[in-house]
Amino acid sequence: MSAEVPLSYYLILGALLFIIGAVGVLTRRHALVILMSIELMLNAVNITLVAFSRMQGNLTGQVFSLFIIAVAAAEAAVGLAIVIVLFNSRETLNIDEINLMKW
Amino acid sequence: MSPFIVALIPLLPALAVLVNGLLGFRVLKEKAHRLGVGSVALSFLLSLWVIWQVAFAGARADLVFYEWVVAGNFSVSIGFLIDPLTAVMLFVVTGVGLLVHIYSIGYMHGDPGYPRFFTYMNLFMVSMLLLVMANNYLLLFVGWEGVGLCSYLLIGYWYEKKSASDAGKKAFIVNRIGDAGFLLGVFLVFMTFGSLDFREVFPRADQAAVGVLTAITLLLFVGAVGKSAQLPLHVWLPDAMEGPTPVSALIHAATMVTAGVYMVARSHVLFSLAPVSLQVVAAVGALTAIFSASIGLVQNDIKRVMAYSTVSQLGYMFFGLGVGAYAAGIFHLMTHAFFKGLLFLGAGSVIHALAGEQDMRRMGGLRSHLPVTAPTLYVASLALAGIPPFAGFWSKDEILGAAFKEGQYLLWALGVVAAFMTAFYVFRMIYMTFYGESRVERERAHHIHESPRVMTWPLILLAALSTVGGIIPGFPPEGGLIHGFLGQVFASHGAPEAQHGLELVDYGLMGVSVAVGLAGWGLARFFYISRPEIPGALARRFSFVYRLLLNKYWVDEIYAALVVNPLLRLGRSLRNFDERVIDGAVNGVSFLTVLWGRISDLFDRFTVDGAVNGAGAVVRGGARNFRRLQTGFAQNYALAMLLGIFVIASLYLLF
Amino acid sequence: MEQFFFFLFAAGAVISALLVISRRNVMHCALFLVLTFFFVAAIFVLLKAEFLAAVQVLVYAGAIMVLFTFVIFLVHIPRTEKIRQTFRQKNLALALGLLLGLEVAYILYGTMAAPASLPAAAPVGAVGNTESFGVALFTRFLFPFEVVSVLLLAAMIGAIVLAKKEIDR
Repeated sequence: MSAEVPLSYYLILGALLFIIGAVGVLTRRHALVILMSIELMLNAVNITLVAFSRMQGNLTGQVFSLFIIAVAAAEAAVGLAIVIVLFNSRETLNIDEINLMKW
Repeated sequence: MSPFIVALIPLLPALAVLVNGLLGFRVLKEKAHRLGVGSVALSFLLSLWVIWQVAFAGARADLVFYEWVVAGNFSVSIGFLIDPLTAVMLFVVTGVGLLVHIYSIGYMHGDPGYPRFFTYMNLFMVSMLLLVMANNYLLLFVGWEGVGLCSYLLIGYWYEKKSASDAGKKAFIVNRIGDAGFLLGVFLVFMTFGSLDFREVFPRADQAAVGVLTAITLLLFVGAVGKSAQLPLHVWLPDAMEGPTPVSALIHAATMVTAGVYMVARSHVLFSLAPVSLQVVAAVGALTAIFSASIGLVQNDIKRVMAYSTVSQLGYMFFGLGVGAYAAGIFHLMTHAFFKGLLFLGAGSVIHALAGEQDMRRMGGLRSHLPVTAPTLYVASLALAGIPPFAGFWSKDEILGAAFKEGQYLLWALGVVAAFMTAFYVFRMIYMTFYGESRVERERAHHIHESPRVMTWPLILLAALSTVGGIIPGFPPEGGLIHGFLGQVFASHGAPEAQHGLELVDYGLMGVSVAVGLAGWGLARFFYISRPEIPGALARRFSFVYRLLLNKYWVDEIYAALVVNPLLRLGRSLRNFDERVIDGAVNGVSFLTVLWGRISDLFDRFTVDGAVNGAGAVVRGGARNFRRLQTGFAQNYALAMLLGIFVIASLYLLF
Repeated sequence: MEQFFFFLFAAGAVISALLVISRRNVMHCALFLVLTFFFVAAIFVLLKAEFLAAVQVLVYAGAIMVLFTFVIFLVHIPRTEKIRQTFRQKNLALALGLLLGLEVAYILYGTMAAPASLPAAAPVGAVGNTESFGVALFTRFLFPFEVVSVLLLAAMIGAIVLAKKEIDR
């Protein structure tokens, strides 16, 4: 009897990674680090989905994870393009110096 | 029935939307109509084939093409339901749609947005076809929202004009109110039956409690009220006349606005089990019919007369559905599509001839200039007024007859009065436009011309349909072809569609209908041909009533006072708050200092310094906190989201 | 045995994730992110999702991170490490994150632990994960799959349009 890992452990790991990512998004100023934190959050979701997929014994969760990876790739491409444009026009990557949303 | 052909009916216009939308302005330009009209024509032919199969081969189909949403025990498919009701709607949508598309070639000729126009029109066809062919409520809702979107796009088609873009927004927002109700109704259907498929919901309808069914049907009816412009959400339709006239004909007369009627008829199983809802439907319908007919009496804009007439006729349809005469309601939907489409296209032809003039006070005597438009419009008016043997008589008479036999005497009386008003205002329109002396402005007068053939042929075809479209399917009353056809859908669920012979009361009611129509006609003739001075005198004599009607009972103004302005005021005060407190704080301490100084100045005169400092601190602290609310930093907002998650998780933990 | 590896990889993932959001040098952040991705891929292997683990390494640790490093080189600002790294709301966010983490962990531990272990023999293993995954992807999920391909195309065009220099017409 090998020590199986309960589902809840995976879920807790996913939740922890997600919150680490969220805290990263909320605290850092550097646009690139924020993007990386978002990738962390997406990965955390993937862990949760794959864990559920394993528990349910079907592949829907894994397929969904694959789609999330694709979406993450798209998001990274567009996000990084925005970062480059931002840098070219503002000479800064600090999010709190970019406040166009405030009138 | 081949699923492939059925699927092609909405797919062909969808393809045309793609091609026209992507290539229209660069490649097709003035040839955009070839795709737009061609795809609709093919759809129409395929629809005819489907209708043939349904009518003569007895084919029924519930085709599922794709499992759209699967989540737990909730599943929705993209599937089409083909039955007689769908067949009738297919005929109306693709048939009238095709004629309007052809007409648009002439009407929109030379417009800078020509490809855009056909893209929107085809998108509308796709949505409407989805709506009438859907086999579940969610897909129906997709079409429902799609036609709403197209309506918005097409009302605001001339978006450079402020009134047009405003009207588009108004239509969209008013529709949204109805859609919210509809969506809630759909949720409740799912809660109750665990499915959204018609074939799952309707057979089990009688298992649900009457209270629940009443709630469901009333919510669905809220959606229908919004989409079909019934009281009290009718305000958007008259303004929708800002769009190009073919749009008014197709969307705001013949098809989209009938979506609510179709939806109620489709859900007749639920409505039949909820008598309270049916009574509400009938009452709202009858009230709307007389309410907007009375407004139509005094309007001077030719398209507005039509608009109120549409609202009023839609009221008739709901009235018919509400008294359980579903087949009569759908029958009226069909005949109305013919003659109202014709009325609008004819009005468009008049406007086209007068280079954009819409005010009937500056028309008159146009009969000889417009040899095709004038007689076809006359036919349409006869049909609308309910003069036999034209189309409108058969369907309207059935609705009124059903109401009378159901014992709804008060509503029946309302309907009869509305019919009288209808006959009056439509012939008032005819006489003001085509008869009497020409009041056309001089610079417009010399280039009055009949429309090109691409515009007149649809008029002639619709005139033919308005003539025979009632008597062929509808004779004898309550036993005609269309009743046998639609009865297969409606009769199976205990709706009062029993076949019986004509009795004395039927002839009596028919006589009343005809008499009322003729009376309205005669009065209009008396007022506007024989004694043209009377209307003005009456308007002066009863100036309050006249102004009440001319200003549409001030409904817009009431809404403005009760709903719109308070919201605007709230918005403005928030903006003031923004400008004074938030931006002041943000732009620097200077503003705060001034404010603080002012306050301390005030307080200095009356109170001690301690209170001053306290007040200053309160203002400063309050400003600082309020400023946080709108920092412009997405991260702050994200933090608020996280806080929300935290609160929800805590609630979960606590309870 | 499985538990041992789980804790090993989980600890690795959490620690490197923490380093991602706390390092001052952006390049270090990126490298730790790669490390996190590897640990997550290992977790996927534990969950018998071998194909996804491979995709994780190839797409995330490979493609996406290469993109990140390129952008870091492109926009590198020399003195970026000296300046303040954190946003004003740092303390509030940290506290909230900590609270939320504890709370969620507690909830999950309390409710999800009840079925003590995963089903021993998940049916997915029968044919081989990659094969059954492919079958599912190209039959039941064909339409979403195509939609995702359109999304990627749109993102590609969007990225090019955004990042290219203005071309004078």
